[in-house]
Amino acid sequence: MCLAIPGQILSIDSTGTLRMGRVDFGGVIQEVCLEYTPEIAVGDYAIVHVGFAIARLDVIRAKEILETIAQIPTE
Amino acid sequence: MQSTDFGNPIHVESLVRQIHAKSTRPLTLMEVCGGQTHAILRYGIDQLLPPHLRIVHGPGCPVCVTPAETIDRAIEIASVPGVIFCTFGDMLRVPGSQSHSNANDLMHAKSQGADVRVIQSPLEALRIARAESQNAAPGSMKRQVVLFAIGFETTAPATAMAIRQAKELQLDSFSALVCHVLVPPALDAIFADVDHGIDGLLAAGHVCTIAGDHPYHRLADQFNLPIAITGFEPVDLLRGILNLVEQLEAKPTSHRVDNLYEHIASAEGNLQAQRTVETVFAICDQHWRGMGSIPQSGLKLQPQFASFDASSRFPQGKLPGEQPSCCRAADVLRGKIRPIECPAFGTLCNPNHPLGAPMVSAEGACAAYFLYQALAPLNISERTPSKRTPSKRTPSELTQSESLNPKDDLAP
Repeated sequence: MCLAIPGQILSIDSTGTLRMGRVDFGGVIQEVCLEYTPEIAVGDYAIVHVGFAIARLDVIRAKEILETIAQIPTE
Repeated sequence: MQSTDFGNPIHVESLVRQIHAKSTRPLTLMEVCGGQTHAILRYGIDQLLPPHLRIVHGPGCPVCVTPAETIDRAIEIASVPGVIFCTFGDMLRVPGSQSHSNANDLMHAKSQGADVRVIQSPLEALRIARAESQNAAPGSMKRQVVLFAIGFETTAPATAMAIRQAKELQLDSFSALVCHVLVPPALDAIFADVDHGIDGLLAAGHVCTIAGDHPYHRLADQFNLPIAITGFEPVDLLRGILNLVEQLEAKPTSHRVDNLYEHIASAEGNLQAQRTVETVFAICDQHWRGMGSIPQSGLKLQPQFASFDASSRFPQGKLPGEQPSCCRAADVLRGKIRPIECPAFGTLCNPNHPLGAPMVSAEGACAAYFLYQALAPLNISERTPSKRTPSKRTPSELTQSESLNPKDDLAP
């Protein structure tokens, strides 16, 4: 139910009553409400749940997590 | 950024090796998220763990815990002539209390002529209401659009925004049947039971993305419970499990709240979303299917938004709510047993003929076990947990398609 999918912000439209954006989900492009992520910018990855971006995905931090795991010695 | 990196089998193998090296004693860990339940079963993560590490599943599916009486009410409202009833697809087949002689789920109501529409966002319901309002001929009745608003903290901000917009646009043809539920009060109810038997908690990343981690600090302190906030992919889940093992194997044991979803969820959560939810909703007591009434665990509309409450807008008939009784759903939802330990599992109770809440929804724990036990056969002897002799898989046995499916990566 709380399914949320990462997508990349292609464009932002702040002219309407709600701040909306076009978001690319691996080739599928959908309109998403960006009211809850005022900090998000074109090119960022958003975590999107039921048509709303609920967070910005920190790509650098995510890479650091994976690099830390990769550095664990394999016995 | 490939989110699928969090399914990388090399990373999975490394984390599993660490868990095996650090885990010395029997532990029971609970998760409370339908998406995590499915990820654990789908990727066979429980089968990669040491046999003495037991994963149980709490009330992590808002579809499952929606009371039968609320489903009855949804069917009743959807069946009112002229109503357009908008719902997430998950709710279509969830049975009510069988008090309706004609239809016992929304799908059946639709087959009998109700205008039930599946939406992916509450804003779609708002869009339908605006279109209906603009297209209605002067003097004619506008069709009423009703949003079935269910979900945890993650989904409530979307409902709140739709209702706030409806008020700003003065859309009197829009209303919502609200049944939002909150996770921490349900955890309070579980851990207040002295026999809960749970050593550590995996907290759901998307609930925390909205609500922040502060409710969990109190839980950790009050119940001496280590808590790891995690995501939904194999690497996320295994990092969470490793963290809990490390906390519980430390001497003395610790009970911190550690955020392992830090690339997405911040400590304070999403403040804009929290503010909108507080503007539109007030906290109230709420009935949970399979668990009963839990204090302060639901959301109701604030007085200034009360005119958007579908339950008061549409007349209510007599709805004698009934709960299925001959299954152990309540024990599954409290993490007392796993679905396969229920005597009705897979025989009397299955997705086509569900007896209890966790089997009715595709996201329920019982439905997940029913679906994935075919992929990773579980021994019948698992019905008695002490005799568990699981068929363990090594991480390298995770196939490419299991590890690298981008569409199923980030669920709760």
